[in-house]
Amino acid sequence: MRRPPVRETLLGFGFCVPALAGLGTFVIFPLFQAIFLATRGTDINGNPSRSVGLANFAALFTPEFGTTLLHTLLFTIFVVVVGVTLPLALALPLTQRLRGMRLFRTIFTLPFAYSASAASVIWLLMLDPSMSPVNWLLRLAGMTAPGWTTESPWALITVAWATTWVVAGFNLLVLSAGLAGVDEQVLEAARIDGATGLRGVSRVVLPMISPSVFFAVVTTTLTSLQALGQVQVMTDGGPNGSTTTLVFSIFHNAFENGNNDYGLASAQGLVLLIVGMALAAVQFGVIERRVHYR
Amino acid sequence: MSRLIEQTTPASPAAPAGRAELRRSKRSPNQPGRAAATATYVWLVLAAIVLLFPVLLTIVGGFLPEGQLVRRPPGLFNGHYSFGNYVAAWHETVVPLLPALANSLFVGLVIMLAHLVTSCLAAYSLVFVRMPLRKTIFWLFMATIMVPYEAIVVPNALFIRSLGMENNRWSLVLPFLANGFGVFLMRQAFRQFPDELRQAALLDGCGHLRFLCGIVLPSVRPSLTALAVWSFLQGWNMYFWPLIISSSNNSMNTLQTAVFALKSNGNGTQQALVLAGVSITLIPTLLLVIFGQRWFVRGFMAGAVK
Repeated sequence: MRRPPVRETLLGFGFCVPALAGLGTFVIFPLFQAIFLATRGTDINGNPSRSVGLANFAALFTPEFGTTLLHTLLFTIFVVVVGVTLPLALALPLTQRLRGMRLFRTIFTLPFAYSASAASVIWLLMLDPSMSPVNWLLRLAGMTAPGWTTESPWALITVAWATTWVVAGFNLLVLSAGLAGVDEQVLEAARIDGATGLRGVSRVVLPMISPSVFFAVVTTTLTSLQALGQVQVMTDGGPNGSTTTLVFSIFHNAFENGNNDYGLASAQGLVLLIVGMALAAVQFGVIERRVHYR
Repeated sequence: MSRLIEQTTPASPAAPAGRAELRRSKRSPNQPGRAAATATYVWLVLAAIVLLFPVLLTIVGGFLPEGQLVRRPPGLFNGHYSFGNYVAAWHETVVPLLPALANSLFVGLVIMLAHLVTSCLAAYSLVFVRMPLRKTIFWLFMATIMVPYEAIVVPNALFIRSLGMENNRWSLVLPFLANGFGVFLMRQAFRQFPDELRQAALLDGCGHLRFLCGIVLPSVRPSLTALAVWSFLQGWNMYFWPLIISSSNNSMNTLQTAVFALKSNGNGTQQALVLAGVSITLIPTLLLVIFGQRWFVRGFMAGAVK
């Protein structure tokens, strides 16, 4: 190939400058800064101070941080499993030629309109002892409602459910789009052959929409890994740290209660970075394969 | 599996057709029998009640008088509806919602415009301009997509603080003016552009900027819309960053942080007011979910599943 003219090259670089400047200043450079900060302590004014060596990384090998990672894992598993199977169980019946299916689809996607903080506030009110319709129903059934956000195993489930509620709306869109690409006769065939229920779904339908399912799983995993607002609004990491996830721990160490422990928060951020990059790499790999198949 | 499809596909004339199969083939595909339909409806209605109730509570509750919601049984559908909470939200002084609304609109619109400009320019040079390092720059953009924001939020917050910008509205948007996903989305769109058209335009002496604005952009309008919608929502729904920036200053609240402040304010007795506040945050997003699903799906999935 001929060397491109200088003017052309300059123009090309010029067009890239705004995007490169923005991303360079606020994504790429901070990455290296985070590595640097992870080796620093904090002075009495709350500013990064002298080097503390690898102490912040050593703090990642403590039982406390292990518990944090465990909460993150449990939270993510709940959100991914329920947040993908529930919309799948809704999207499949919606493919049938029945009245009102479009209306149902719209209803099921509405929660996706909620931001993290809006969803958290609404579910706090839904479960608030003074007005909770859920508790009222439970009492009608003769049951006592647990302290949804104040008792240990329930708090994590509640926060995970509020996240799932939103995520399921989005995943329904994704999975419906995937199902729209499946031949109707194949769906019908699966149903007639007695392959209804779980067997038909797992053997016939799932393989055909596997790219959509995979996309839903990966994006849901990334979303739940980064779910901060839900925890901060609903439980603030409690009770007794039982809802402290990785991102909440970063936020808590750096910005809450004047902790100002930027070093530890940065070291934890690097852990998140590694996990997130690994997941994204998997996602990219799958896209490549998908493009190849087409 | 292929055997299964052959056996039951109605449109295979070679298969010996029994009576039952004939009858079956008359029914249009995917139309279930009565029992199956009933089961489907029962399941869908049950799911709809659980998933929809919080949405109803938000919207209807926002129009109910304070205190009605704590009554038993819950009086969601027999109240005196009014705009009282919205008026109260308007006059709310501890957590003023009006500046928060202005901030949210500012954040959403600025990020949207900035993404459109920076992404289109960068994507244009990646697709249409012959220059060295094109691949490298592209992969640099891709790499930024993989960085979870929470991993770099600490350095960014310290940086904004060192600039003394904590009380400046622009600090809410400054880190988000460019986005790797936006570049990727526009690059994918530009690559569909026919090469002959481009050659013809260049032969006619059409400059790069005129070619971009006059010919390329109008032809990729769907992708522009998808990016615009996605970017606006990114800004409008953002929570972590405004939370950090506004922690020392109430006037820097966006609607998302204001709604939480409203909830924690007043010992949790202002439920209806909070619901009205949440309803305001929902206005653009609900409209988009109901009427703009197309753009949503396209925007989110174009880069991924396509």
